[in-house]
Amino acid sequence: MIDLKEPRAQDWAIETIGMTRRFGDFVAVDQLDLRIPHKTIYGFLGPNGCGKSTSMRLITGLLTPSAGSVRVLGMDIPEQAELLRRRLGYMTQKFSLYDDLTVQENLRFMAQIYNLESRSVKQLIDSQLRRYQLNERKTRLAGALSGGQRQRLALAAATLHQPELLILDEPTSAVDPENRRDFWEKLFDLCDSGTTILVSTHYMDEAERCHGLAIMESGVKRADGAPAQLMRELGARVVEIDGENLRLLKQQLGELPEVVSTAQQGTHLRVLIKEAIEDPETWLRSVHPELVANRQIHTVRPSLEDVFVHCTGSNAPDGQGARQ
Amino acid sequence: MNAPTKKATAINAFGQSLQRIGAIVFKELRQLTRDRPTFGMIVMVPLIQLLLFGFAINTNVRELPVGVVDLSHTQTARALVSDLTATQVVSFTETYQTPKQAEDAIRRGHVHAVLVIPEDFGQRLQDQRPIAQWLIDGSDTMVSNALLALQQMPFASGFEAQPSARKNTFEIALFFNPERRSAINIVPGLVAIVLTMTMVMFTSAALVRERERGNLELLITTPVRSSEIMIGKIVPYIFVGLIQVSIILGLGHLIFDVPINGRLDQLVLGVFAFISASLTLGLLVSTIAKTQLQAMQLTVFLLIPSILLSGFMFPYEGMPEAAQWIAEALPATHFIRMVRAIVLRGATLEDLQPDLWWLIGFTVLGVIAAASRFKKRLD
Repeated sequence: MIDLKEPRAQDWAIETIGMTRRFGDFVAVDQLDLRIPHKTIYGFLGPNGCGKSTSMRLITGLLTPSAGSVRVLGMDIPEQAELLRRRLGYMTQKFSLYDDLTVQENLRFMAQIYNLESRSVKQLIDSQLRRYQLNERKTRLAGALSGGQRQRLALAAATLHQPELLILDEPTSAVDPENRRDFWEKLFDLCDSGTTILVSTHYMDEAERCHGLAIMESGVKRADGAPAQLMRELGARVVEIDGENLRLLKQQLGELPEVVSTAQQGTHLRVLIKEAIEDPETWLRSVHPELVANRQIHTVRPSLEDVFVHCTGSNAPDGQGARQ
Repeated sequence: MNAPTKKATAINAFGQSLQRIGAIVFKELRQLTRDRPTFGMIVMVPLIQLLLFGFAINTNVRELPVGVVDLSHTQTARALVSDLTATQVVSFTETYQTPKQAEDAIRRGHVHAVLVIPEDFGQRLQDQRPIAQWLIDGSDTMVSNALLALQQMPFASGFEAQPSARKNTFEIALFFNPERRSAINIVPGLVAIVLTMTMVMFTSAALVRERERGNLELLITTPVRSSEIMIGKIVPYIFVGLIQVSIILGLGHLIFDVPINGRLDQLVLGVFAFISASLTLGLLVSTIAKTQLQAMQLTVFLLIPSILLSGFMFPYEGMPEAAQWIAEALPATHFIRMVRAIVLRGATLEDLQPDLWWLIGFTVLGVIAAASRFKKRLD
């Protein structure tokens, strides 16, 4: 287990204080405080447009913050962004290598841009091709690759110069589940060999794999911590209720002030109930017997999705609700 | 089925079709108004081009700057000069001591023509012979045509006994293009136009395409510098440009019999300077344009004055002063002067220093401006 306790201030891989970015009147990132330890995988979880990409661009120095401070690997960003470049690997949301170059040509181009020593480059590229299973496709144009192959190529290119910090903006959004699993194996390998990884996602299963996590919405950090800790400290209890007419039940339960949220999952309804209710099943059976008659009720462990639902939307801790 | 229903269905289908067309039309218009630069172009292109060319294009050459060599030093010779000035076709701006000096000035491109008044001017006037000679740079046929029209201008000193029976007042010596073929003038000029078009378009599109495809976001997070991106984008197209020049001048020589009178090394150097300036112009466009379409429009916006104002189609001397200033700002104007001088009149770059320095200066300042406008940032 990675120790998430506070190291000394200068030991954070990424530290932002009050990081804010406005585009005109629109606040894309609002007062974001982050502390990301070295050699961990840290995730940004949130819906599209929640400020994940903007935050990443602020951290890489591609955007200048409107307010707040950003320190990455001990450097002030954006002032020292040029120094950071050699120690940073960045994978954009959209595939950004050259479609009209082959796999090999793309890697060679990136090696030259990073001034990697030409003697070892051939070896390095070969080992990257093998590691990312691109050896058979090395003479293919990048534009002709599948989504999964493309992501592997982008990761191979981003890690060619062995960066200390890897920033991945929704790397798996165009990748099938099997390739996604493989991709995450690669990330853990990189992390084990000492790379700090910042990754954004809107998949719960991916977020759950991260060492640390920030749940974001409308540019605001709603919660952060290790996934297990977030689930433990949910601040609500979860029950699953089955039976007929779940649509109607969902509507009825949704009107109760003690119920945080309801979601239908196949043949049962997943219900989040405020923490103040000690035993949700007994409470439901005694206070609202007409709703749960002839239905089975199970108390279950909270999932990350429950955490996400609990701290975003109209349930957000600051009560602002979803800003669209 | 009865006819009215059929007709009603047809009308209905027609109405739906119109509605769909309308939807697309309004969507297009809405997108157009949101694409500010394109919208601006719609208004500015016709407006500026019309004002520019309506005033500037003038195929009637007026007040063409010319020189004079007066070997007779007589009152009558001065009367001839003032008579010629009164036609408003020419304006005597230079005076040379010998015909040799005059020829040099024409080769260097300082003037397009020189009037040589011989020592026996008075005698010729008596003998009803042509009284003087025009030395004319024939490479620009519009200029030489204007001067040829002066050939039969009547001139009387007031001392003659009878009215003049002289056929031609002047003898004419047409240099460089005695047959007055347009191709001689057009082909070297075409080098400037084709290079302006392709060089500006290639470089402007090259950078904008990377931005559109998302390559740039990755590239700017690497250690590569702005100036390195700029230079890396320019260099390959220098070779493209040299190939194009070889094609135009080579075929011009083979098919249209355009002579290459100057030295080849001088020509290559001049072309090199112009290609660099054009590519720089393309880079500047690429730092302004956000999409490939905008880059294309800006290219055309620069191309049209390069065709019309640079002296390619119409004589530079015929344009009003304001249009000449605009023309001076375009690399094509300087290059057209250089390429015609080198190819047709055998001039050297030494003769053409102001134009050469202008192109070099434009390139250096342009690359600096483009690199500083191009931020390795997204905001």
